Amino acid sequence: MSRLLLRNGRVVDPSQSLDQGLDLLLEDGHVAALGERLDAAPNTPEMDVSGLVVTPGLIDIHVHLREPGFEYKETIETGCRAAVAGGFTAVCAMPNTRPVNDDPSVTRFIRERAAAVGLCHVYPIAALSKGERGEELAEIGEMVREGAVAVSDDGRPVMNAQLMRRALEYAQSFGVRIAAHEEDVDLADGGSMHESEVSTRIGLKGIPSAAEEVMVARDILLAELTGGRLHLCHMSTRGSLDLVRMARRRGIDVTCEVTPHHFMLSDEELAASNYDTNWKMNPPLRSRDDVEAVLQGIYDGTVDAIVTDHAPHHADEKALDFADAPFGVAGLETAVSLALDRLVHGRVIGLGQLVRLMSTRPAEIFNLPGGTLKEGAPADLTLLDLRKRITVDPETFQSKSRNTPFAGIQLRGAPVATIVAGRVVWQAS
Amino acid sequence: MSNERLKSLRSKDLVGIAPLEPGEIQLILDTAEELLDIARRPIKKVPTLRGRTVVNLFMEPSTRTRFSFEVAEKRLSADTLNFSASGSSVSKGETLIDTARNLMAMAPDFIVMRHPNSGAPHRLASMVEASIINAGDGINEHPTQALLDAFTMRRHLGRLEGLAVTIAGDIRHSRVARSNAYLLGKMGATVRFAAPASLMPLHAETLGVEVHHRLESALEGADVVMMLRIQRERQGNMNFPSLREYFDFFGLTPERLELAKPEALVMHPGPINRGVEIDSAVADGSRSVILDQVTNGVAIRMAILYLLSGGHGEPTPAS
Repeated sequence: MSRLLLRNGRVVDPSQSLDQGLDLLLEDGHVAALGERLDAAPNTPEMDVSGLVVTPGLIDIHVHLREPGFEYKETIETGCRAAVAGGFTAVCAMPNTRPVNDDPSVTRFIRERAAAVGLCHVYPIAALSKGERGEELAEIGEMVREGAVAVSDDGRPVMNAQLMRRALEYAQSFGVRIAAHEEDVDLADGGSMHESEVSTRIGLKGIPSAAEEVMVARDILLAELTGGRLHLCHMSTRGSLDLVRMARRRGIDVTCEVTPHHFMLSDEELAASNYDTNWKMNPPLRSRDDVEAVLQGIYDGTVDAIVTDHAPHHADEKALDFADAPFGVAGLETAVSLALDRLVHGRVIGLGQLVRLMSTRPAEIFNLPGGTLKEGAPADLTLLDLRKRITVDPETFQSKSRNTPFAGIQLRGAPVATIVAGRVVWQAS
Repeated sequence: MSNERLKSLRSKDLVGIAPLEPGEIQLILDTAEELLDIARRPIKKVPTLRGRTVVNLFMEPSTRTRFSFEVAEKRLSADTLNFSASGSSVSKGETLIDTARNLMAMAPDFIVMRHPNSGAPHRLASMVEASIINAGDGINEHPTQALLDAFTMRRHLGRLEGLAVTIAGDIRHSRVARSNAYLLGKMGATVRFAAPASLMPLHAETLGVEVHHRLESALEGADVVMMLRIQRERQGNMNFPSLREYFDFFGLTPERLELAKPEALVMHPGPINRGVEIDSAVADGSRSVILDQVTNGVAIRMAILYLLSGGHGEPTPAS
């Protein structure tokens, strides 16, 4: 029987409205007890975590692990290393691999690779359409049976409204949510940054906010029509968040997520980067007003989850010039520190609310194990040091990729250990 | 700005008009004035850049800009290398960094660069020691074109300050319009952009220009009318319905030109589309300075090469 006793941690668990100094006993991969000055069986290994915060394991429901097919960018192994080094105990893997995860054999491959790596939980997300081509439904039921937890054509929008309608309907039989990448490709029209005064000034082709918002509006209406369950990926504009508020008022089952880069950076910082492709992501960095709106949405509860949209790319790809370089930012190893520094130390939200956004709600949105430290829950935990000061150094990343706009910035607060199924899988050196 | 006249440019590169100060623009125009004279000599060559190497790196098709640079380089006695590629660096599978390294192995002093993607010269400038001269990047800037346009205006009208300059055409995709807006704004002229909104950049007014959606209102009392080339490919691409309708509403005809000042200049960066954005009667008319622009382009490019080379000695020693 494997055991671990965490002594004197500050346990923050919104699922039980908990924020207090407690001991936590883990036994056989589950939370066995939670209380003050716990007694444990003799020879139980103890870990003194005084001064640290203990949270239910953080869950990132939007990552790109790139395997199979793009192993030169990232593999399931390096992606999992990056995840646990970033404080995550579980990640959801988007299906835009090669082959696309549109077939149960691919779903099974991802699960088996992740199990062999044995670091964190990896939950595959099934493609919505075959080949992510947006033409016909993929075998969603088969993939759910193999462990897929959600359905998405992420990376590509579902341009055909009828197909989206059918997906929202069909997925209900399997209890999974549709995660939508909202972008009208005709309106995006090959742009490489947000369309604004800034794009007009620096001469890059823009992607208007409306390219996202018209699709958010469409899918909210389709969710209302079908009673389907919709999750909106990486919301980046004020208008999108206003539409989510409208949907909530109308009682539509809609959840949404935002990324750290969209609450940290605007197109003004992109402009100052001298066309550095590390500032190129999709959705693009929006205006300062949109950054404010994202922070407001985090504060007022419109936002359900913070995700990384971890999108590793090889340095050679990012060395292309701005229009040709791929979209995306490696996010797993910076997200928690960015969130702690900007949101918690920056007094946007309290620590409990952050844990809700990065653990409790993500588990609820895709109906995943974890997200809580109640007795009997999986022994997945993240330990945070709120006072630790770090400088982001991409050279130290466990990820294969280095594409981040945050290199060199100093942040306060960081994960210091990650525990999965009762086992310490990562500890800060 | 101090009143003291500048004697050199601040940067090693000319990547755009946006980073220039008015005094630097003044300096380039004044230097071009001195160099214009060389074209009138029987032997049109000075030894100013003897022993210096210029790479003309054209990643996008260009005839007139490339020729203009080559003439300027040859008149200054520089050694020139031409590197052309149709399509972008990507189609050749080479990143900008590799292109830069290859070029630097030839130790050029200047790289004149035309690239289909905005910002490419800015990136290259930060990677290499050579002076980068932007000969047009994507939809961003075409600084030498704006300088030769301003030079042409100044020569004909005696000033830039206070001029009303109408620029009409596909503004959204035009690096010429953008560079002109920056330059003329810095020099105290008023710029009016005229185009249907489908060919106008979002928030164009933040460039400091007046935005007009009809050509007529933009032409009233203008000192300069600059027509931009309408690319035939844009037709039917949801930008505007047809070339016929475009000319009907936005073409510069002799009648419409009457709205501008009687002495107004007609300009065009070329190549012109007769009967699309400009009527032949106007293009070939008495107010057209389109061919002067071409002549002046050589002087402007010589001035830039001279100034970026350090500007030592007289720009126009007797040959």
